[in-house]
Amino acid sequence: MVDTPPQHSPEAPRRVALFVTCVVDFFRPTVGFAAVRLLERAGCKVEVPPTQVCCGQPAYNSGDRAAAIAVAKDVVAAFDGYDHVVVPSGSCGAMIRVHYPKLLGDDPDWGPRAHRVASRTHELVSFLTDVCGVDSVADLGTAGTVTYHDGCSGLREMGIKQQPRKLLASIPGLELKDMLDAEVCCGFGGTFCVKYPDISGEMVRKKAETIAQTGAAMVLAGDVSCLLNIAGKLSREGHKVEARHVAEVLAGMTDVPPIGAAKGE
Amino acid sequence: MQPTSAAFKQRSRQAIANPVLQKALQNIRPGFQQKRAKAVAQLPEFEALRDEARDLKNHVLAHLDVYLQRFEAKVQESGGQVHWARTAGEACDAVLGICQAAGATLVTKGKSMVAEEIGLNSRLEAAGLTVVETDLGEYIIQLRHEMPSHIIAPALHLTKTEIAAAFMQAHVDLPADRPLDEPRALTDEARLMLRQKFLGAQVGITGANLLIAETGSTVIVTNEGNGDLTQNLPGIHIVVTSIDKVVPTLEDASTILRLLARSATGQEFSAYTTVSTGPKRRGDMDGPDEFHVVLVDNGRSSILGGPTQDVLRCIRCGACMNHCPVYAAVGGHAYGWVVPGPIGAALDPGMIGLEEARHLPHASSFCGRCEEVCPMRIPLPKIMRYWREQTFTRKLDPASARYGIGAWAWLARRPRLYHWTTGLAARTLGLLGGRRRRFKWLPMAGGWTAHRDLPAPEGRTFLAQWRAEEKRRARAGAP
Ligand code: SF4
Repeated sequence: MVDTPPQHSPEAPRRVALFVTCVVDFFRPTVGFAAVRLLERAGCKVEVPPTQVCCGQPAYNSGDRAAAIAVAKDVVAAFDGYDHVVVPSGSCGAMIRVHYPKLLGDDPDWGPRAHRVASRTHELVSFLTDVCGVDSVADLGTAGTVTYHDGCSGLREMGIKQQPRKLLASIPGLELKDMLDAEVCCGFGGTFCVKYPDISGEMVRKKAETIAQTGAAMVLAGDVSCLLNIAGKLSREGHKVEARHVAEVLAGMTDVPPIGAAKGE
Repeated sequence: MQPTSAAFKQRSRQAIANPVLQKALQNIRPGFQQKRAKAVAQLPEFEALRDEARDLKNHVLAHLDVYLQRFEAKVQESGGQVHWARTAGEACDAVLGICQAAGATLVTKGKSMVAEEIGLNSRLEAAGLTVVETDLGEYIIQLRHEMPSHIIAPALHLTKTEIAAAFMQAHVDLPADRPLDEPRALTDEARLMLRQKFLGAQVGITGANLLIAETGSTVIVTNEGNGDLTQNLPGIHIVVTSIDKVVPTLEDASTILRLLARSATGQEFSAYTTVSTGPKRRGDMDGPDEFHVVLVDNGRSSILGGPTQDVLRCIRCGACMNHCPVYAAVGGHAYGWVVPGPIGAALDPGMIGLEEARHLPHASSFCGRCEEVCPMRIPLPKIMRYWREQTFTRKLDPASARYGIGAWAWLARRPRLYHWTTGLAARTLGLLGGRRRRFKWLPMAGGWTAHRDLPAPEGRTFLAQWRAEEKRRARAGAP
């Protein structure tokens, strides 16, 4: 089922619903505000549906399909009717865009709505570049060397690779240095990191090592969940690398302390 | 083979703590990943070939009976015999029967994962036969009494130091002070030892990478040439293989072979690709007098037609495990059965039972790298998810995990209560996070904090702050 989002005219700004994600809501509200700022700068009218909770991945990835379906219906109900749904996470974005049609597609009542919401759902940075046509951000004073971790779902399910790099490249004085195996999973994996902590720990050990090897002052990614994992390992290993969501840098909000560390630590 | 997959957690922990294994696993990146990437980059039609191979194998699986019968007829026509084996036991019986009828005492054997699966060696040895593995990796693990840790590189878990030690211990007739530090010295020594066996064996057993229905041929690919010596020198050649390996034509086989070596080792083609059709004919220079194909089902037909059927497209190239960060952390033995890695996580529950194998499909971050490289486009994460759902509906996972998810889902469906609860928790943890903004330890999060700090929440949740922001905007008359 193909659904074409309403044509955008300059007079009527895009009506965007922000799905902030449970992880950003709880751990890193700054990313939500960065998303609002970036979307408004791109000419969107941002709304935050107040009943939003979580995309349902904890249940879906644990094999509890019934609970995942129940949560997915709540999200569809809360987000149906907007021009676009924007998510500052490749993982939660992919859950809605790629997996909701699989969960609800066969349901005669919910299927069409799920397809509609899914086809209008975008990850934040790729929405800015690919839908809004943003190709640069204002110089907001972040300089220095950064490295970028490609979150798995964003990369493989949403095709996000060049978009954040393109916007970062528009910031004068900011140098992007790729880490080895930037496309290899950091080991978070949702419930995986709780169920298999030793394997997850070994994966993030390697990730932190490759980040430190770049010599970058800051590691960026499009998913706060990966960043909680990465930041926690970097600090545990004593590496002085700041971890931030890419939206914070793009929106010029690096005055806030980085994830899991004191400002200027 | 007896699976030990239920012990995955303990064994994965031991694997991570094993420095030899960890050193050996570092070879995966240069040895497999980089070589594959280079080979794929050099073949513009690689993606199209993947589609073609997927469609081809789907077609075969939909008409498997037809192609297997055609294959059998053609094998018979060329003077060989097909032995159908429903179970591992029947397969071993068939092989043993052929060996005993020939009065064999020494059997050489090329690498075959199906033979590992059915526990062929121990069965033959229990009947008094001597079985010698002729693939270098298999030879090494046979000396060490281990199972393979990788489907194309069975001794991947070892470094050359362990291999030299195993040779010193096994080859007692050679001088004890000989140098064995170089890989070349090791292969030369293995060759020396194996040469006598190739010449003395009465039966040679190989696996098959493919079976060709139109000609009744079996195909093996190797890089050592051991397969050819195994199957050509003894009087009897037994091919031990499984029903999912058949393709219609030689042309189809070449489609798959073009993908296989590139995906496995980054070669355009394996060093040896050997097509065997029947026993030696009159006038042939060489070849066996008898040609047998043991066609093993061992659970595959029960996968056919079901929700995990796509696993039967697998050509055992190993690319999925070579690119799996979980495999890279724990190696193959932790999986506890002959097929490890992502394909093991998707296949093994259907073969050895979900009770035994339930950890395997759960021990994945769903990063999707396996599916990205699988030449046969097997949706490995999707199949793992299917097994997770089966685990849940059959209540095979721990009650604590089930209740945890149940409680979470209950709360997640009550937004007001959820926001109140998370709001309180975020503020509390935000305060406790102190100046350093992280926790070194937190009750209930011990698994996480054993390996890394937990970043503290910033304080008030986004939704709580947004409500205030909206009011402020309304007062200011802003959009
Ligand atoms: S699942 Fe795919 S990648 Fe893995 S061994 Fe089989 S064919 Fe190769």
